[in-house]
Amino acid sequence: MTAAATTSLRPVIVGAGPAGVRAAVTLAAAGLNPVLVDEAARPGGQIYRQPPAGLTRPPEALYGFEAAKARAIHTALAPYAGQIDHYTETLVWNIEHGALDLMNRDASGQPVSTVLPYDSLILATGATDRILPLPGWTRPGVYTLGGAQIALKAQGCGIGKRVVFAGTGPLLYLIAYQYAKAGATVAAVLDTAPFVNRIHALPGLLACPDTLLKGLYYTAWLSLHDVPLHSGVTLREISGPDGTVAALHWRDAKGRDRETACDGIGLGYGLRSETQLADLAGCRFAFNDLHRVWLPERDDAGRTSVAGVYVAGDGAGIAGADAAEAAGERAALALLQDRGLPVDPTRVTALDRRLARFRRFSSALWTAFPVPAGWAHDLPDSMTLCRCEEITVGTLRQTVRTDTPTELNRLKALSRIGMGRCQGRMCGVAAAEVLAHETGRPVSAIARLRPQPPIKPLPAATLPAPVSGEDTP
Amino acid sequence: MSLLVRYAEQSRPPVHFFLDGQPQTALSGDTLLTAILTCANRLRQTEFTGENRAGFCLMGACQDCWIQVRRGTGPVERLRACSTLLEEGMSLSTSATVPPVMTGAAS
Ligand SMILES: Cc1cc2nc3c(=O)[nH]c(=O)nc-3n(C[C@H](O)[C@H](O)[C@H](O)COP(=O)(O)OP(=O)(O)OC[C@H]3O[C@@H](n4cnc5c(N)ncnc54)[C@H](O)[C@@H]3O)c2cc1C
Ligand code: FES
Repeated sequence: MTAAATTSLRPVIVGAGPAGVRAAVTLAAAGLNPVLVDEAARPGGQIYRQPPAGLTRPPEALYGFEAAKARAIHTALAPYAGQIDHYTETLVWNIEHGALDLMNRDASGQPVSTVLPYDSLILATGATDRILPLPGWTRPGVYTLGGAQIALKAQGCGIGKRVVFAGTGPLLYLIAYQYAKAGATVAAVLDTAPFVNRIHALPGLLACPDTLLKGLYYTAWLSLHDVPLHSGVTLREISGPDGTVAALHWRDAKGRDRETACDGIGLGYGLRSETQLADLAGCRFAFNDLHRVWLPERDDAGRTSVAGVYVAGDGAGIAGADAAEAAGERAALALLQDRGLPVDPTRVTALDRRLARFRRFSSALWTAFPVPAGWAHDLPDSMTLCRCEEITVGTLRQTVRTDTPTELNRLKALSRIGMGRCQGRMCGVAAAEVLAHETGRPVSAIARLRPQPPIKPLPAATLPAPVSGEDTP
Repeated sequence: MSLLVRYAEQSRPPVHFFLDGQPQTALSGDTLLTAILTCANRLRQTEFTGENRAGFCLMGACQDCWIQVRRGTGPVERLRACSTLLEEGMSLSTSATVPPVMTGAAS
């Protein structure tokens, strides 16, 4: 990479979800000219994702209770159009020497890579589903919970006619509700978290009573409409003829084996922060016991260990959309403060207070919907753990026994786990749990997968006639 | 057999395309993934075991949806099906076989 010569460096924000949009607007209101970069064509991020042109349902139909907030985020940039440069459909695939490597397409659709130096950087990269596989999870018809929601929101499609939502977390109930409202049959909602956890979490959940009430509303609505809701379950296997999905096998809280017929499955265990760019920017990470993952170290305003680099929103640790908006604004104010620019101290205090409340709430959510204890214990050797490279649990266990790696990157070098196209986004959490279980060490002791640029595969310019059988992007 | 089920916004204008050489119809605003999975049950086959896959995350994270695409007589491109919109006349392949050059209307 060659750093482009430039005279006026600008602050750059990665991610145009609620956190990134609020950060951009806050900087623009203070007179700065930030650049906002997002892979998506339109602002909104995950929760307020906008469908492609041509789909016309109003925000009320797409975002329910959150329609007003969605509209506010979608329209927030327009008043600052002269000040904020919004690079759409642009992937940030590397950070090196104070500059971002970007990939987008020129007018003729050809991929082009450019370099964007920054003087400060706000990473608001959001999250994807946290996945723990079960046998059969690679079959067509099994999607992440978030994916199931995107199909509905952005394409008006469902992942089946008779769908099971399985795993844990508040999105399980929200998305089941959205599917039932759309006309799908929700065959069951299977939550691995025991119900008693929600009772233990109640005092913390009361920190955000509105959000708690919405969650209770979805659950009550599903019960009233006779959708079977089970908690404390163990997910066993997905089965069906010829590699299709016909049933989900599970064990109920009383230990009875059960089976639910279905043609689509939405799977997820909460969310997992997208932290690759923070890693490449050199930020120091710490293990978070509650989330059971490594997160960039930051102060309450979003300052990382690297001067001039800030993290905000779900990319800095999962806390939800309202928290993301507050965190985006707070990180932008921190950036202004660090440059010696004036900020409104009462606004800072108000945001700090709100963010503290969101932190209490999100801690309580992890208590209510934890990663299932002992998940790695009875996985069959034959189960595919890495869907990119088709590596099985048995192969991983064998590698652990013969080569005794004690750390995830060593296991990656030996087995290729986490080396595939998704860079461990789908298998990393599970691989860490398996390695921890096999070596009898805590997950915190086995390090995190280090990202490698490009952090997502880049499209090849134009390919010559492909060799048949070749299948790499 | 189709994998995805349309629940809303079904009165959009049609878009014609070819799937493994056969003419098919989808709707304007569909991604390649939606277009394919509303008329077929897989997007691709894996390189090692050949098992069928149909994407997983729909948000550009899992990379389990890259397919081969040809526009007109142009070269074959590999595109991420969940984040690429369908265009009239595209020729798409759900296997390791190169999508054929299709001339004439796709309807
Ligand atoms: C699929 C999905 C559905 C969700 N639905 C709900 C819901 O219904 N209700 C709810 O309360 N919460 C929901 N959540 C939780 C949600 O993530 C947060 O509430 C909120 O969206 C977080 O906002 P954010 O700004 O931190 O990140 P996001 O909204 O995730 O935005 C991050 C943005 O960064 C961009 N980005 C990331 N990396 C790069 C890169 N390298 N280059 C370029 N752009 C990049 C992404 O394209 C994205 O637009 C959902 C999460 C997911 C993953
Ligand atoms: S379905 Fe996951 S990247 Fe397309």
